[in-house]
Amino acid sequence: MKKLLIYLKNYKKESVLAPLFKMLEASFELLVPLVVAAMIDVGITNQDKPYIVRMSLIMVALGVIGLVCSITAQYFSAKAAVGFATKLRHGLFAHVQTLSFSEVDEIGTSTLITRMTSDINQVQSGVNLVLRLFLRSPFIVFGAMVMAFTIDLKAALIFVVTIPLLSIVVFGIMLVSIPLYKKVQERLDKVLGITRENLTGVRVIRAFHREEEEELRFGESNRSLTAMQNFVGRITAFMNPVTYVIINGALIVLLYTGALQVDAGILTQGEVVALVNYMSQILVELIKLANLIITVTKAVACGNRIQSVFEVQNSQQLREIDPENRYKEQESNFTPPTQEQVPVIEFRHVSLTYQNAGDKSLQDITFQAHRGETIGIIGGTGSGKTTLVNLIPRFYDATEGQVLIHGKNVKEYSISSLRKKIGIVLQKAVLFRGTIRENLLWGKEDADEGELKEALTIAQAIEVVEGKEDGLDANVSQGGRNFSGGQRQRLTIARALVRKPEILILDDSASALDYATDARLRSAIREMKERPVVFVVSQRTSSIRYADKIIVLEDGEAAGIGTHDELLKTCQVYREIYESQYQKEQQAGGV
Amino acid sequence: MSQVKKSRSQKETIKKVLLYMKKYLVFLVLSLLFAVATVFATLYVPVLTGDAIDWILGPGKVDFSHIFSILIQIGVVIGITALAQWLMNVCNNKITYGVVRDIRNDAFAKIQTLPLKYIDGHSHGELVSRVVADVDQFADGLLMGFTQFFTGVLTILGTLGFMLSIHPGITLVVVLITPVSLFVASFIAKRTYQMFRRQSETRGEQTALIDEMIEHQKVVQAFGQEEKVQERFDEINQRLYRFSLQATFFSSITNPSTRFVNGLVYTGVGVAGGLAAIRGMISVGQLSCFLSYANQYTKPFNEISGVVTELQNALACAGRVLELIEEEPQISDENGEVLSQAKGNVALSHVSFSYDPEQKLIEDFNLQVEPGQRVAIVGPTGCGKTTLINLLMRFYDIDSGAICVEGKDIRQITRQSLRENYGMVLQETWLKAGTIRENLVMGKPDVSWEEMIEAAKAAHAHSFIKRLPQGYDTVIGEDGGSLSQGQKQLLCIARVMLCLPPMLILDEATSSIDTRTEMKIQNAFAAMMKGRTSFIVAHRLSTIRSADVILFMKDGTVKEQGSHDELIARNGLYAQLYYSQFSQ
Repeated sequence: MKKLLIYLKNYKKESVLAPLFKMLEASFELLVPLVVAAMIDVGITNQDKPYIVRMSLIMVALGVIGLVCSITAQYFSAKAAVGFATKLRHGLFAHVQTLSFSEVDEIGTSTLITRMTSDINQVQSGVNLVLRLFLRSPFIVFGAMVMAFTIDLKAALIFVVTIPLLSIVVFGIMLVSIPLYKKVQERLDKVLGITRENLTGVRVIRAFHREEEEELRFGESNRSLTAMQNFVGRITAFMNPVTYVIINGALIVLLYTGALQVDAGILTQGEVVALVNYMSQILVELIKLANLIITVTKAVACGNRIQSVFEVQNSQQLREIDPENRYKEQESNFTPPTQEQVPVIEFRHVSLTYQNAGDKSLQDITFQAHRGETIGIIGGTGSGKTTLVNLIPRFYDATEGQVLIHGKNVKEYSISSLRKKIGIVLQKAVLFRGTIRENLLWGKEDADEGELKEALTIAQAIEVVEGKEDGLDANVSQGGRNFSGGQRQRLTIARALVRKPEILILDDSASALDYATDARLRSAIREMKERPVVFVVSQRTSSIRYADKIIVLEDGEAAGIGTHDELLKTCQVYREIYESQYQKEQQAGGV
Repeated sequence: MSQVKKSRSQKETIKKVLLYMKKYLVFLVLSLLFAVATVFATLYVPVLTGDAIDWILGPGKVDFSHIFSILIQIGVVIGITALAQWLMNVCNNKITYGVVRDIRNDAFAKIQTLPLKYIDGHSHGELVSRVVADVDQFADGLLMGFTQFFTGVLTILGTLGFMLSIHPGITLVVVLITPVSLFVASFIAKRTYQMFRRQSETRGEQTALIDEMIEHQKVVQAFGQEEKVQERFDEINQRLYRFSLQATFFSSITNPSTRFVNGLVYTGVGVAGGLAAIRGMISVGQLSCFLSYANQYTKPFNEISGVVTELQNALACAGRVLELIEEEPQISDENGEVLSQAKGNVALSHVSFSYDPEQKLIEDFNLQVEPGQRVAIVGPTGCGKTTLINLLMRFYDIDSGAICVEGKDIRQITRQSLRENYGMVLQETWLKAGTIRENLVMGKPDVSWEEMIEAAKAAHAHSFIKRLPQGYDTVIGEDGGSLSQGQKQLLCIARVMLCLPPMLILDEATSSIDTRTEMKIQNAFAAMMKGRTSFIVAHRLSTIRSADVILFMKDGTVKEQGSHDELIARNGLYAQLYYSQFSQ
């Protein structure tokens, strides 16, 4: 939680002024009884009506000043709290963006969403309340104690004992409940997770008619959330009664002591009344403080959850550590090598072990890819095909060996300049809410109409756009759900092509395309003017058959590297894959 | 998210919330009783204290015996207060969290019955935010409302009684000025309701963006769009800042304003009391007593108005959840017949359907499928294959025409029984967070361990499951977690193999599985399809060729229909596609 306070940095002025004005208001409030006392002592005793009216005008004036102070304080504290939350959300979102997705996977999408939304909201209310009350309440509590000392030392000692006792209770309950609130939030995450899952999986759930079971599951998780909330509630519910007992216990002692002192002639009756009043003033403030503390406790628990996200660091070593600058770097440090002999991409004895995984997912992969070449990657489910291509844009870093682009280790490029060279089409075709144009511009911000059309044509997606009334400005709903899988896939291919990448990675991205479209796509890419190095990850031999180099993966190892014809002769795994398909095609087509 | 929202009136929302509370009437009554006990005990302590002070007159004039008995009374009263207060809090927690739980359950249940059109048309993040964040905010408001509202109102009534017993005239002054405070509070509250609503809408928008961008972070990173996305995020964030600041600030004005009015009340009592005292109508002691009670009386107004703003926020949030709960559900099928073990006779006659009334999709579509037939659906991407599946499963209702299973219109059959007769494997795999086993037995929860393993073996999923750390009890994360697309698809296939319904829908069921594995599964698939009506969307011609009927679709309509040989002989679109398979 503490580390989050740097986000208040820009609101120093507000964070100081808010409590200050609040204290001013409290001081004016404390003056009112004095005016009343004067009214009684002077006005009534002397039967002076104008005096009473004058005093009441002073009271109204004090009220107006108090109102102005208070509204000012509210404004500053609202500004500081809301501004703080805004900055914090900005910071958290920016931080999450710098994480690699193995980390995001580990934290989980739903909990990230709760932390960015409801947790931050809680922290915001916490900050707001703290600014408004945290100074005011102790001010009055200690003020009352100081006043007590001016009246009688012996009676004041009761205050000296009572206040620490109260602090122990208040902070004790706080310490116990903070971890419990954390648990509440965890259970809330679970509720969120199930809700999300049921939205994304709605088709399957309905197909299997699992609605009732899901409701039960949700009910169970919801019930355990409620139980926890009630449990924590029972503990924090002690706060008010216990403080009440302490204060009033002190009051009894005070009355008794007062009685003794008066009896001994040390105190007057009026002074006892004053002491009693100070004690009840503390009580009133404490009730406020107790409510404040519940909110603060929650806020701190939420704040810690937010901080724990900040503490997750990207496990990959990035060349620049400062995330703000990481994307801004100019392309000054690349050497666009024209020499043909330097391969565009080279893998040297690359191995990769995922975090927390026992076995290597890739082992000792070595190959080179030159300008304009097409590299096919084929292999069974889970053989490491995707892992291999993920190393090129540094979605993951090799744990052994090196990945080189233009003869330079990928780790020496800045992430942004590296990824600018690469166009990737992922297995799962994802579009974002907005228009087709907005989606395509992700590939290249300043691409003009012609460039977009060109990319669409190569990606065989031009008819998707032409089929829409608004053309490039046709609406795309979240996840691109208003397009079919195949349309989405072609649009994502176009998106990758818009940037005219030096390296194009098609990660099984033609799976939703029919053969004819797939074939047309491949030949269109082959005919591109500045042909990129193309990586085609596929399970179909027909997709990679004409690649310049085919890498056959089996359980993370290269079972063979070569052309189609070479591999047919030398690589048994490849032959099996090919035959499994060729045979079928033979049967099917008889060609 | 763009459609016009029915602006719910606050009244409706409150009425609904009260209905939810009805269930907790006992706790409500108890809470009220404890509140009464708390307040009266609290008000009684100053009276006792005053009594005690009256026995402390001066040096040598202190009556210790009276003081002792009063102090004991105070002790007892304190005990009662503390206990009542604690119990009241416990009751309030019970009510609040109970109501919140019920609302969440209802909202979730509603999600299960909403038409898919609604779910597809809304961002998931926004819906999630309603069920989670909004309900949470509502809980906070409600809890605060309870703990402070009751005691506040009771304190007002209690002090009013005490004041009346001292001097009715001055009490009148108090009663006359106080409504100003209520007026101010409700004036501010009305204004801020809209602000809170805007704030909560912007929050929803932001949640949607977060959801989208985090879920697809890989794409964001691959295209180096972090900065752009951050800009969009900041734009919303900035708007949220403005709305939040407005809502927070204006709602927090309530407190000082009412406090100011209360100051006026206090002053009024001072003047009236002072003048009355001059005329000798009340004693100075009574005046000071009056002043302290006037304070007691106005403080709760502060709290109540504070609570009112909090409740505003809570109601705005509750409104959004209730909006979801009251959303039109899919057409009820309560009176529908139960379709038991269909033979697999499916007929579509003159079916028309479109997602968007302005954009026609499927029109006048006819198809007759006999039991056990295999229907392959082919066509260029985006031709409406997936839509057809949406209609067969009745995820969407058709606009006109009829789809019949066993001669019965599927709108006359319960959805459950219709869907139970279909086994579905979609291209987009979806698995729930849980163990592998839980995912496999989804369609048939009571299946034995052996049967499950057999199905997994048939789907060739057994070998990779076995290698997972905990085998079938391995917990996979949200949406399959770290499993590969192909592994997920194998699990989906095993899931269907386990329940084996009479009709099958396979939408690119093996698109992510490597061909060697696929070939091995083929036998299992063939066995599974035997005697079962199946609808297959596929691009592998071997699968297509063996179908009884091939539908060649384009632009939402069936262009050609017939067996492989017939269609080849026709030398039309299908033949063109078929021959292009080997073209480079």
